[in-house]
Amino acid sequence: MTRTFLGMPATAPRGVGHLRGDESFPVAARRGLADPQLRRNLGHATGTIRAKSAAVIGELPDWAQLRAAGRAIKTDTMARLPELLEQLEAAVTRAGGTVHWAADAVEANRIVTDLVRGTGAERVMKVKSMATQEIGLNEALAEAGIEAVETDLAELIVQLGDDRPSHILVPAIHRNRAEVREIFLRAMPGVDPALSDEPAALAAAARRHLRETFLSTRVAVSGANFAVAETGTLAVVESEGNGRMCLTLPETLITVMGIEKVVPTWRDLEVFLQLLPRASTGERMNPYTSMWTGITPGDGPQVFHLVLLDNGRSAVLADPVGRAALHCIRCSACLNVCPVYERAGGHAYGSVYPGPIGAVLSPQLTGVADNASLPYASSLCGACYDACPVMIDIPSILVHLRGQAPHPRAERATMAAAAYTMDRPVLYAAAQRAAKLSRLAGRRGRGLPPPLSGWTASRDLPQPPPESFRQWWASR
Amino acid sequence: MSRELILGRLRAALGAPRPAPADPPRAYRGAGALAVDLDVLVDRLTDYRATVHRCGDADIARVVDQVLGGRQVVVPPELPRRWLPDSVRAVPDDDLPAARIAALDGVVTAAAVAVAETGTVVLDGAPDQGRRIITLLPDVHVCVLRTDQVVATVPDAVARLDPHRPLTWISGPSATSDIELNRVEGVHGPRNLHVIIVA
Ligand code: SF4
Repeated sequence: MTRTFLGMPATAPRGVGHLRGDESFPVAARRGLADPQLRRNLGHATGTIRAKSAAVIGELPDWAQLRAAGRAIKTDTMARLPELLEQLEAAVTRAGGTVHWAADAVEANRIVTDLVRGTGAERVMKVKSMATQEIGLNEALAEAGIEAVETDLAELIVQLGDDRPSHILVPAIHRNRAEVREIFLRAMPGVDPALSDEPAALAAAARRHLRETFLSTRVAVSGANFAVAETGTLAVVESEGNGRMCLTLPETLITVMGIEKVVPTWRDLEVFLQLLPRASTGERMNPYTSMWTGITPGDGPQVFHLVLLDNGRSAVLADPVGRAALHCIRCSACLNVCPVYERAGGHAYGSVYPGPIGAVLSPQLTGVADNASLPYASSLCGACYDACPVMIDIPSILVHLRGQAPHPRAERATMAAAAYTMDRPVLYAAAQRAAKLSRLAGRRGRGLPPPLSGWTASRDLPQPPPESFRQWWASR
Repeated sequence: MSRELILGRLRAALGAPRPAPADPPRAYRGAGALAVDLDVLVDRLTDYRATVHRCGDADIARVVDQVLGGRQVVVPPELPRRWLPDSVRAVPDDDLPAARIAALDGVVTAAAVAVAETGTVVLDGAPDQGRRIITLLPDVHVCVLRTDQVVATVPDAVARLDPHRPLTWISGPSATSDIELNRVEGVHGPRNLHVIIVA
């Protein structure tokens, strides 16, 4: 192996993990479009969360300043990523943890599988983690005879329903309460047949179902929302307490983290802990945030492994325009405001990363050729940029990636995406005109009309994209 | 080895020259920018379905009796004994097994910091707060907070906390937004959170 080969940024390998769909976006989107129940569930859920989020963001007079700080911290982080990772490794090691480096999904799966095998455990419990879904860890563990139990309510709904996640934050967002009840009645052992579809009753059923698992499982696998290079501190932000269970009860904790999750300093968390919950679940603060630094003698897991995952991230970093996609803190606000996501549903994006962020992240992780239709899975209305708490200019990255799509396939993708959009010309034309007009109005200080007014009340509006999808199409 | 491989890839991806490290603009309200308003804390805790009690130091045991009288509770090793009424059977945590803790009705702890603006209580594992497990398994958590532990904003809390301790930020009882995105109390953590603010 030569030095030059060693240094080449690499995309995520094929044949492992969940970054590539089986079909192109426009084809897959047709299924979502044809499912009125899915659209109702999504419309209701995203509407609810937009309103909640707008309300708590409106409470902060300095939201615009927090966003600017968030973006600057992430930009600085990416510029110093190798050094920060080395610093993180040293700090975690000092605090009693062990750091592993995984060049891709195959290596990460092997590292985790070997670590679990080393403990002798045949079952691990998991707290929701995009990174482990991305690499297909559960399948790799299953091949090794190790059962992975998802402990998030939504992941449990997906796992019991033999389904796929469709949203970053709420993987079962496409299911309503009645459907959840049916899944529980069908697939949850020992569930009370009189179970109602009240969310509180459904949550209580999950509590009973998982208690024994929490108390008896010796190994947990988690993701991480943040890792502080300066101190070696890891943070997991959650709601239900299943994260705390996984981070506190087992003997061994294995955390798999994309390398872009590092932040330089402890103080930086003061920014992200304000941005994330308000943009994400629309709460002032999520119910639980756990932070740990290596091992604490006598408290929590006494063995801690941190797996740092590349799997295409170095390739994303290599693109000066596209690398801003690595700034994402996985809040899912861009999904919740996206008219295309709301109509097509999360499954249409193929990859575990759906919605606007998925449309810019997945093609870069895999190489644009492997996800050539995703850069077209957008009308470039710009709502995602407005909503993003770290100000990722998703529309500009989409346009940039369209330029990279291999030509013949790009044509096909464009045709299909256009057909899908043009199918609903009245609605789309109206939506686009409204978005563009209100963005212009917003720049004169009036902000967006409801439901987006809350987003803009305390945010600075970006420039409208130079041309809308329809204008762009018409000019071709 | 993949460590060198990844670091090499990242250096190649960034190319040269690299920009100098930049201090991010911190024009938001930082630590010390805002005065503490206890009413805001009470409002935010209540909004997320925590039950708030306000009392003097001499009345803590009376409030604990109201919430947990007649029940068995786990307590951290150095919880002030005067906080516990006779009506409560206290089991000190001397490395109790998880199943034993799970079988108890509640837990009483102190706190490290509370954030008024977000209605958040932070525990840092000090001897009056104990291991993380004891505030996780029982269904009722009573947390005693001194007013001088309350700060206004998240930056104030980050400035006060020690990242080398295990930290648990708690904002209301366990909840989920996973079903139709409505916050519903009560999944895996304590379903009842009582905060006693001691003047
Ligand atoms: S791109 Fe921005 S809005 Fe979308 S999930 Fe990431 S941080 Fe949130």
